Amino acid sequence: MSRRKDNYETSRWLKFKKWVDGETDLLSIGMEPEVPVSSEGKERRRDLARRKAYDQELIRLSAEHADKTAIMKARSIRYFQKFYKVMSVILCLGIILVLLWTVASLPVTGNADNPANNEVAARYIEKGLQETGAVNIVTGMILDYRAFDTFGESCVLFIASCCVLVLLRLDADSKNENIRKMIAESDDRHFEPKNDIILQKCACVLVPVIMIFGIYIVLNGHLSPGGGFSGGAVLGSGLILYLNAYGYDRMSRLFTEKVYKRTTLCALTFYCLAKSYSFFTGANHLESGIPLGTPGAILSSGLILPLNICVGLVVACTMYAFYTLFRKGGM
Amino acid sequence: MIQHLSLNIEETAAVILFGIGFTILLLHRNLIKKIMGMNIMDTATYLFLASKGYITGRAVPIVVDGVQEVSAYINPVPSGLVLTGIVVSVSTTALMLSLTIRLYERYHSLDLDEILILAKEEERT
Amino acid sequence: MRLFECILLLCLIMCAVSVAFARDLLTSIIIFMSYSLIMCVIWMILQSPDLAITEAAVGAGVTSILFFLTLKKIRAIRKEEQDEQEEG
Repeated sequence: MSRRKDNYETSRWLKFKKWVDGETDLLSIGMEPEVPVSSEGKERRRDLARRKAYDQELIRLSAEHADKTAIMKARSIRYFQKFYKVMSVILCLGIILVLLWTVASLPVTGNADNPANNEVAARYIEKGLQETGAVNIVTGMILDYRAFDTFGESCVLFIASCCVLVLLRLDADSKNENIRKMIAESDDRHFEPKNDIILQKCACVLVPVIMIFGIYIVLNGHLSPGGGFSGGAVLGSGLILYLNAYGYDRMSRLFTEKVYKRTTLCALTFYCLAKSYSFFTGANHLESGIPLGTPGAILSSGLILPLNICVGLVVACTMYAFYTLFRKGGM
Repeated sequence: MIQHLSLNIEETAAVILFGIGFTILLLHRNLIKKIMGMNIMDTATYLFLASKGYITGRAVPIVVDGVQEVSAYINPVPSGLVLTGIVVSVSTTALMLSLTIRLYERYHSLDLDEILILAKEEERT
Repeated sequence: MRLFECILLLCLIMCAVSVAFARDLLTSIIIFMSYSLIMCVIWMILQSPDLAITEAAVGAGVTSILFFLTLKKIRAIRKEEQDEQEEG
């Protein structure tokens, strides 16, 4: 009688029912039993080794106790893994099918009468040039009509780089010996070929071109495709190439942590101040008081050019900061 | 249904890509692969959004020669939304990758199952 | 143009599938990079060059650099461990 009950308790159907009812976690059932982790070395083929470990556990248990419930438990983990795989494949296929079914009843792509092309887009196209002065309507939209959205965006970038800083930074002034050792090890300057002549000559040609292209994209954001985000990313990758070719010593002359902090802070503050005035005026007008100038000239469209430069600086600094933090844990 | 799907292939491709990304997210144990699946899901969403704004035979929304009729340009709203989304996806990727590095430093494994088992053992002791 | 777009979308799906099945992490990162580049061409076809520039610089450039760096860091940690084991 008792044996029967044990079988019932470990049956997969009951576990699934429990999981559906929200009593247990589907993953934690599989993880609960003591799995021999440290028995094998660390470099093993995962599945094979795990299966072997389970089999060993099985043999050991059956030899020592002949306890059938324990064997069932070890076996059920294997069953559970298969079950999880099958269920997730079914779930994914179901999601794809449902979404495809939805797409099949959506209006045809490229049709001008689609509900997505409504009066908002028409208004941006018809009045955008007069109201913002930007020839590129997308830039005029994201930096004038929806400037707060973009401000939040730049703040997200800044916050992300702060989080990476918290997670990966190694403090050089730390008194802990281990951290100092880690800094010395992660400072991989002496592993590299110090003066790789091919890389340096390539960088010598490429870095100025990349930087000028980045600056061009940022400054012409309101006239041609591009703008702060893409130009900033290009500038950041130019900085990364320079760093790779010439090393941290040369780079620290140009770009240090202090420069990073000041640039980002100044750019964000300027953006905030330049767009905050509409809070005081009820957030319903767009004029900045700066004359819009002739459309097509580089000094036109009011605040869009300075805001583009701000966004570009923030993005470039963030990309460079990501790189240095990932590589050696500090600027 | 198939005929209609062949009419809007961008959306179909976007949906299939979303499904593939979701499958990678669920089935792969490796954390870096999971992050890649997440990225694929991101791009699939952007593709879907941008294809909503595309209109056949119309040009980029950059005013040329003062032509300002609605019938000349595509819808600029989805482009603006996706532009900001792409940059944010990079910052989330960087955040997730740095978390992965920290996890590896602590548990010496990229396998999520193994990390969960190790964390549970740590809790018990 | 329509045919070209279809081929590109098929390539996109193939890239996504092979990211899932690639054994080596480095291979899958490189495939992911090409995925971003194909995406960049598709943005061009969908008449949004803003997105194309951003995707080329950010998606194919910075994201893959971050992935490579993560891989390098993890291998460095693994190597250190092995050295310690050999010493001990």
